Amino acid sequence: MLPKWFDQWNKSNPTNIFGPAILVGAVGGALFVAILLITWGNPAQTSSMQTGPRGTGMSVPEFDVSRLAPDPTIEAYYTEEPYVPEGDEPLARDIYENVQVLGDLTEDNFNRLMLAMTQWVSPEQGCAYCHGNVDIEEYGQDNVYTKVVSRRMIQMTQNLNEGWDAHVNAVAEVGVNCYTCHRGQNVPSDIWFNVTPVNERVDGWAAVQNRATSMSQSTSLPSSALEVYLTDYDSQVNVHDLDSRVAGVPGLTEGVHTIQKTEMTYSLMNYFSNSLGVNCLFCHNSRAFYDPGQYTPQWGIAQLGRQMVIEMNQEYLIPLRDTYPENRLGPIYGDAPKAACRTCHKGYQRPLQGMNMTDDWPELVTTDAPVYE
Amino acid sequence: MSIKAEYQNIFTQVQVQGTPEWGMDDSGQLLEERVGNPWFSKLAGLFGNAQIGPIYLGWTGMVSLLTGAIWFVIVGLNMLAQVGYSFPEFIRQLFWLALEPPSPEYGLRIPPLNDGGWYIIASFFLLVSVMTWLLRSYLLAANHKMGKHVFWAFASAVWLFLVLGLFRPILMGSWSEAVPYGIFPHLDWTTAFSIRYGNLYYNPFHCLSIVFLYGSVLLFCMHGATILAVTRYGGDRELEQIYDRGTATERAALFWRWTMGFNATMEGIHRWAIWFAMLTPITGGIGILLTGTVVDNWFIWAQEHNFAPMYDGAYGYEDYGSYEAFIGKEN
Repeated sequence: MLPKWFDQWNKSNPTNIFGPAILVGAVGGALFVAILLITWGNPAQTSSMQTGPRGTGMSVPEFDVSRLAPDPTIEAYYTEEPYVPEGDEPLARDIYENVQVLGDLTEDNFNRLMLAMTQWVSPEQGCAYCHGNVDIEEYGQDNVYTKVVSRRMIQMTQNLNEGWDAHVNAVAEVGVNCYTCHRGQNVPSDIWFNVTPVNERVDGWAAVQNRATSMSQSTSLPSSALEVYLTDYDSQVNVHDLDSRVAGVPGLTEGVHTIQKTEMTYSLMNYFSNSLGVNCLFCHNSRAFYDPGQYTPQWGIAQLGRQMVIEMNQEYLIPLRDTYPENRLGPIYGDAPKAACRTCHKGYQRPLQGMNMTDDWPELVTTDAPVYE
Repeated sequence: MSIKAEYQNIFTQVQVQGTPEWGMDDSGQLLEERVGNPWFSKLAGLFGNAQIGPIYLGWTGMVSLLTGAIWFVIVGLNMLAQVGYSFPEFIRQLFWLALEPPSPEYGLRIPPLNDGGWYIIASFFLLVSVMTWLLRSYLLAANHKMGKHVFWAFASAVWLFLVLGLFRPILMGSWSEAVPYGIFPHLDWTTAFSIRYGNLYYNPFHCLSIVFLYGSVLLFCMHGATILAVTRYGGDRELEQIYDRGTATERAALFWRWTMGFNATMEGIHRWAIWFAMLTPITGGIGILLTGTVVDNWFIWAQEHNFAPMYDGAYGYEDYGSYEAFIGKEN
């Protein structure tokens, strides 16, 4: 096929072309990648946020692509400034029937909040999601479960802003409203249900761990961490001895903790980290996890957050179990949906990247009559 | 032009294949113990000797393999039971599943079968298996009129194994302190063990173990590289070079002496290697044994012994920059 002189020349001049070809290919490829990285930038570039003194290595790294991207739910947020009352308007409790929580609002502000809640929680179904397909005169009825639940949720929101100021306003005055969890969905994302025991035919610690579940963050750590540490006021997360020597048998001597409990604590801490998109060093100096002298300020905020979540679950969410229809309950044990860090934070250090949720909504920051300014 | 020399290869370059070698039989009875029809594997030859088999089992080998298999099957069946005997789920969750030690409330008592009982039974078989294999390494060395170096080397690993699963749980008063049999679960155990006892990095025996581990890696690499580099002068015939030092040894020794002023000898390097490797589990085992029995918080212990530094003065959190600046929302 090729000319005869070509084949003959090749035959009499054997040359190793693979060596040079591989060399040129490798160097050329490396050069190509280097030029791409220099001109287009490193797609996996990270930045770090310092969380501890220099020399301790305490920092939270994040990929720039996700660090600089705004939370997409910020744009979809609906808000409206309040109508400052003159002082002589009739109040919602006098105008409408069966207004148990928001009775101190003027008609304008009451309807403003109702409209906003529709945008935040049921933008597709509208008013009917809670009030049913009835005439507006019958909106006072309590025969749709969503209305009963939402009344309790308003009380919960007020309690969070009023009673847990030290958590929800810890870094800046931002507070929470319905949208902090709901983000335009009927049921907020990142709620949780009980799943343990996860293993069959075993008892004790073997029954609650060693399975990749959503509640173990796909690790083999215990799946029961949220259930134990986020619904029980008396639960203790700490596992360390505060002396170099403490005699006792783990699990049998009071205050001498087990490796199993440490794993469950680790599971909870892993959940905290994933919920906020941070690592251990956001709150701890990892060389001494237990040492209060080496916590960051965030540790205290998180500690309050745990207490806050326990109260939310115990006082508000768990008691609603019998109010929900079956399809809203847990798939395994039929338990009420519960909240935790990720239900609000959604993977961000601060929910909605620190957007203020209460300036426009004085109705949601107090259990008393709202104060407009 | 060839830019690659023949000896620069990650695989063994010489394979000998012929009539299988059966080994010596000076008593006329040793052959009875050697089982299996020897054959040759080209693949095996790339890494070591191409001949596979025969193998000497003996009573220790038989007991060890049998009890080891029983341990393996108990662990596997327990895992299978935990997923409701579903094979797809067993395969899917294989790296997550484990046979766990008893829950803490049982202490050193005999627990129910489904909460650590099977773990105790399986551990007993594993203990017999490992100890008979250790004995086997001694008896085979004696048969061959060899030194017992391999036995002692394996014994150092067995020491760590016994500390983790037998000595320390007994001293702690609880079988729940033992390590679970599972891929990820035993890693969880390791992390939790370090965290529970106040950071194992401040345990000086853990420090020593790391030194010997990394030292072993370094020595292994230096030795392997040196010998391969003088293979062209017969350097891979190391034993001959010990008693009849040739140009390979001379060159290797001079290379290191002129590089760092000191060099091992053809004999000495192997003593370095065995001691570094053996001291890794020996020191590690001591560190594990002291944890929870003598020291319960290594960080506090390290502070008491003045080798964990403390920071003086303010931490300066106000200067670290805000979250808004971090996410690029601050002007």
